[in-house]
Amino acid sequence: MIRLLQRDLRLAIRAGGGFGLGLAFFLIIAVLVPFGVGPDSATLRLIAPGILWVGALLACLLSLDRIFQLDFEDGSLDLLATAPIPLEGVVVAKAAAHWITTGLPLTLAAPVLGVMLNLSPAGYVWLVSSLALGTPALSMIGAFGAALTVGLKRGGLLLSLLVLPLYVPTLIFGAECVRRGAGGLATATPLLLLSGITLATLALLPFAAAAALRINLR
Amino acid sequence: MVLSVENLACARGGLPVLADVSFALDAGEVLLLRGPNGSGKTTLLRTLAGLQPPLAGQVRAAPDAIAYGAHSDGLKATLSVAENLEFWAAIYGTRGIDAACAAFNLVELRDRPAQNLSAGQKRRLGLARLLVTGRAIWALDEPTVSLDTASVALFARAVQSHTADGGAAIIATHIDLGFKARELDLTGFRASARHAFDEAFG
Repeated sequence: MIRLLQRDLRLAIRAGGGFGLGLAFFLIIAVLVPFGVGPDSATLRLIAPGILWVGALLACLLSLDRIFQLDFEDGSLDLLATAPIPLEGVVVAKAAAHWITTGLPLTLAAPVLGVMLNLSPAGYVWLVSSLALGTPALSMIGAFGAALTVGLKRGGLLLSLLVLPLYVPTLIFGAECVRRGAGGLATATPLLLLSGITLATLALLPFAAAAALRINLR
Repeated sequence: MVLSVENLACARGGLPVLADVSFALDAGEVLLLRGPNGSGKTTLLRTLAGLQPPLAGQVRAAPDAIAYGAHSDGLKATLSVAENLEFWAAIYGTRGIDAACAAFNLVELRDRPAQNLSAGQKRRLGLARLLVTGRAIWALDEPTVSLDTASVALFARAVQSHTADGGAAIIATHIDLGFKARELDLTGFRASARHAFDEAFG
């Protein structure tokens, strides 16, 4: 499993794109929104938590179909399915690789983009911590969606439609946590719910995704 | 007996393709699957490899005994030959890719990225993967596609040394590999799709 994770990270670095794509998209959103909304700093401050979370979520969505599709096309998914590691482990390794190449850079870049959106100073801690706790769920849910659509040609649209509703709870509690933190309110409730969602997806979805893969490989 | 198949029926895309396939494979034996395109060779091999459940019947083999070699080689274009093999060696928990490289004449290509290999070289790399799996039964689907005669001979030698070490192989192929082996023609096991066809149009 560790070796699979290492291989995927190495592939992401060599092929380029892996690290850059989601991050660049996030950056574009954070840069464009102030132009679109106007330079009023009070408005920007108000919408910053929501925009940052929506941006991170869409950036995650962008690279989901690559999680299994490339391995499916070159035949290595068949070979991994017959290898002595459990398919659930393959799913976890793939989701972890996706998080390291997408969720982690987004989390680290978010404070810088928060400045552009005039996020209030109290919000930064909560922005980083909510993204750090929430983005693993985005990767895991995405891996599940990717497993469901792996055999389909151009399954990207279907994948987005399947995954977006499942992303909504993470988005609500993540953005709420930042909003409350930025406003100086208590953040424990949304943060705990966010962690709960992440833990539940990490516990359940590897099995669901592996089952979906087994059916799609038939 | 390392592999025994009893009354196996399998389907492809929901349609039954094969029915009542029975055979046994002993250690040190090679079984060549013959039959025209669409006769179910790939379906049978995928069922043996555990990628799809049989419709009926049983496949008896030790757990984790079968190494499956598909049409596509499962190579990562941006990894080098050695990195590709080392990955599979790590996944299968075996050590050393030198023997596999030597057996398929890949030593000089070790550091070349897989994307710069020719089709035949890629195939050789895909076949070298079998050696690093360390598994006893090879289930191979058209392994000699895009190989030149010298490489086919390399492959035949690898299969023979594998069986000499007590391994077994079941190979779907159309060509003569240059050694004696038992053959199984799948044309005789065509499944009920034929009946349905006859009933509809006969």
